[in-house]
Amino acid sequence: MPRAMKNSASLPQRVLRYGLYAILLVMAFIYLMPLWVMLLTSLKDVEEIRTGTLLSLPNSLNFDAWGKAWGSACTGGTCEGISPYLMNSFMIVIPAVAISTILGALNGYVIAMWRFRGSELFFGLLLIGCFIPFQVVLLPMARTLSFFGLANTTAGLVMVHVVYGVAFTTLFFRNFYIALPKELISAARLDGAGFFRIFWRIVLPLSTPIIVVTVIWQFTQIWNDFLFGVVFSGYDTQPVTVALNNLVNTSFGGKQYNVDMAAALIAAAPTLLVYVFAGKYFVRGLTAGAVKG
Amino acid sequence: MKKLKYCLSGLALSVAASVSQAAEVEVLHYLTSSGEAAAINVLKEYLSESGHAWKDFAVAGGGGESAMTVLKSRAISGNPPAAAQIKGLDIQEWGDLGFLTDLDDVAMAGKWDSLLPPVVSKVMKYDGKYVAVPVNVHRVNWLWANPEPFRKAGLGIPTTWEQFLEVAPKLKEAGVIPLAHGGQAWQDATLFEAVALGVGGPEFYTKAFVDHDEATLKGAEMINVFKTFKKLRDFIDPNASGRDWNIATSMVINGEAAMQIMGDWAKGEFTAAGKKPGVDYVCLAAPDTSGTFTFNIDSFAMFALSDDEASKAQDKLAELVMDPAFQETFNLNKGSIPARMGMNRAPFDSCALASMDAFEASSASGTLVPSVAHGLATTSQVQGAIYDVVTNFFNSDTSAEDAVETLARSVKAAQL
Amino acid sequence: MQNQTPVLPNGKAQRIRSVSFKDRFASWLPKLVMTPTLLMVMVCMYGYIIWTALLSLTSSRMLPVWKFIGTGQYGKLFANDRWMVSLENLVVFGALFILTCLALGIVLAIFLDQKIRAEGALRTIYLYPMAISFIVTGTAWKWLLNPSLGLEKMFHSWGFENVQFDWLVDPDRVVFCLVIAAVWQSSGFVMAMFLAGLRGVDQDMIKAAQLDGASMPLIYRRVILPSLKPVFFSAFVILAHIAIKSFDLVAALTGGGPGYSSDLPANFMYTHAFTRAQMGLGAASAMVMLGGVLAILVPYLYSELRGKKNA
Repeated sequence: MPRAMKNSASLPQRVLRYGLYAILLVMAFIYLMPLWVMLLTSLKDVEEIRTGTLLSLPNSLNFDAWGKAWGSACTGGTCEGISPYLMNSFMIVIPAVAISTILGALNGYVIAMWRFRGSELFFGLLLIGCFIPFQVVLLPMARTLSFFGLANTTAGLVMVHVVYGVAFTTLFFRNFYIALPKELISAARLDGAGFFRIFWRIVLPLSTPIIVVTVIWQFTQIWNDFLFGVVFSGYDTQPVTVALNNLVNTSFGGKQYNVDMAAALIAAAPTLLVYVFAGKYFVRGLTAGAVKG
Repeated sequence: MKKLKYCLSGLALSVAASVSQAAEVEVLHYLTSSGEAAAINVLKEYLSESGHAWKDFAVAGGGGESAMTVLKSRAISGNPPAAAQIKGLDIQEWGDLGFLTDLDDVAMAGKWDSLLPPVVSKVMKYDGKYVAVPVNVHRVNWLWANPEPFRKAGLGIPTTWEQFLEVAPKLKEAGVIPLAHGGQAWQDATLFEAVALGVGGPEFYTKAFVDHDEATLKGAEMINVFKTFKKLRDFIDPNASGRDWNIATSMVINGEAAMQIMGDWAKGEFTAAGKKPGVDYVCLAAPDTSGTFTFNIDSFAMFALSDDEASKAQDKLAELVMDPAFQETFNLNKGSIPARMGMNRAPFDSCALASMDAFEASSASGTLVPSVAHGLATTSQVQGAIYDVVTNFFNSDTSAEDAVETLARSVKAAQL
Repeated sequence: MQNQTPVLPNGKAQRIRSVSFKDRFASWLPKLVMTPTLLMVMVCMYGYIIWTALLSLTSSRMLPVWKFIGTGQYGKLFANDRWMVSLENLVVFGALFILTCLALGIVLAIFLDQKIRAEGALRTIYLYPMAISFIVTGTAWKWLLNPSLGLEKMFHSWGFENVQFDWLVDPDRVVFCLVIAAVWQSSGFVMAMFLAGLRGVDQDMIKAAQLDGASMPLIYRRVILPSLKPVFFSAFVILAHIAIKSFDLVAALTGGGPGYSSDLPANFMYTHAFTRAQMGLGAASAMVMLGGVLAILVPYLYSELRGKKNA
């Protein structure tokens, strides 16, 4: 690893070092600012927000807005806050992440290790296909889903997320598996192991870093999705992003910015927590080759 | 005695409820503020008293944009909701595609034709039959003013555009923002249509924005309208871009700005801040538009359903929406006025009463015009084209002549 | 029937001696496994692209109606000023966004790679914006960039009266605001990718270069950066994907304003297809978007994947 020489003596080196830290800290401040502003705003009263500036500290730590956002703010005809919708989101995200990860793993395995004629072409097609703007697929997908009887069900929405997530999961796994030594596979084949045996016994156990990367990526993408969530969910299975949108976008009526910010933070909490706690594994997984190939 | 009466009626209701089949009505809407939610809950309750269940499907945002997207995909996948909050000429377009159901039975029974002014019932009908039911009528051409800055500067609140253009610079000098405005396309359009109505009059307005007469769209009067509209740019603050309408209203409430031209929903902001009409704020017709009424109607359109029970529930919903009790509650909460006539005037405040009077008067004299900024005058294609021209003009250096050229051209193109 | 031949360490293909049913099945198995994905891709991606292409040749308004009118919608599209503005914005936004993210990402990665204390915390701070949805990002930055509510007001209240930061309300500069918010959101991820890449660089090469007396900057330039080419590729693909799809950000941050000076093609498409009941026009705009993306992406993908055939 290229080391900046931690020389206790050399002054220019020291200066460089402090400069480095300074830059990193300034950047950290900039990155944190929006979150900080949201947090501050959620702790103020509506009056304080109107009269103060963005970074002014609240007069008192007022958690009222949080209570309202959690349990009593109106998201349409129902006024139960956004907490009921968290469950809906989990019901959508967990199966979708699981299925798209498994599919991505299998696809990546095939493309990387069981290459057949056209597999690279297929991979290219897959990558290109994922550039289709999602708004475009809303109507035909609605037709397709109703054809299969999945219209406005959670299962249908999960399927949509799987379809549009599998390109990236395949990309991650394929890049990872390409970096694995070929001897592993060929040795196993000589031993008589078949396709699934090799996958199960050899490849999968090595895949932990990339599984982490993929799961985190997919979780974030699907949890934060609004478009598919609003169009393909039923009235009782709306994800938390839709509820948040309803809460914030009151077309006629007073805006309570503190409640809006609190609700946004609650909705973002699961993904934030994932990054805070699993961020280290995320980088580790990336190091192990998610995006090298 | 009273107790007995309640007991009996309760019994009767429950018997009635158990006799009538219970069905679900899925309603797609974008009424998500707490005031609107309160109003919806009234509807929910009434509906459940008659034994049906309201399934709430709220999709907020953009004045119904997201809701319309959802509606379209539901329609195309073959299972539309029972009712949806659809406005203006979109109702006719849905009717054209064959999605809406016939409400004439309910309409006949409830005598809707006699309760709704012809301009309103026209919007609710497709092919001569009722397909939608109105919940309210908004008046869009209001001027909301804080009397303090005027008093301090010794000026009168303007009632014509000429007066407005005289008073505004003086207010500016006194350190007050003359016109509070939010730089969003729909707000630009709302301001624009008030100018158009005031400067050009109701016939000009109708010819241009309802009939799309090319000569009117390209003519000298329109150029005049655009020029006046551009002048207003000097009287709004430079940070207006992207501002939400209610923040602009709060600028008037706290005296930072003197006036706002906005629909009657602005009243809700004043009320929420504890201000009294006539004392802390004044509601006037937008300059030069007294005697005319630009209307915007929120309505529920009913979709054709295959299930008989659900159809009956739909009919019940339509009936309940026209019921005076619901109309009163909803409109008291929202700041608009009931769509139907013959309502008890007592609970409404002075601005609402002024609105109701203006509504009846302009309906009689033919100066009741649909709002083009809010989708009542024309199709969404043409409305979009007008939005683009107006908002671009307001935010750039385009000349009035060029803008008018573009307007005529885009409106024509959007009609194809 | 295609034979798929596992490659042995000596590079020679292993000859398959007997073609039993089991073997035949085994050789079909990988393709079988890919079939669900293949179906999904064919139907839900390319099928829909074809559907959209067909739709762009119709006069559809509120819902698809299959009345074909040739290329009329495309003519209408390119006569539409708002569309031209959004295309221009996409080019500016896309280029600035991708370049800034790449630059910032690699610089931060290099800095973080210098054995920093609290690397974990700093890394989390740079990375967390990815967890936030674009809608929330747009809303938060809308506040921050608003002259009368946000940063400019803050600077004024601190005494710096002359600071002007009103890009958000300036039609010529508002695109830069989009770039700021988008870079904030995505640069952490790029940084993480580069950091991982840096950690995987071959140490021996570096030691050799150091022994040869090369300075650190030179080593970076000649040895390390070139070995990060695959990471540039992946980062580029992901960033381009985000740039093209940017819809929520515009909707939340500027609403397309002032006027329509910050509109992007995805927003144009959505507005016209859904809000303004012009499905045909919306479909045409989507095809143009797709065409533009493919024009850039296909050559790049082709060259990169080609090169990897031997990897």
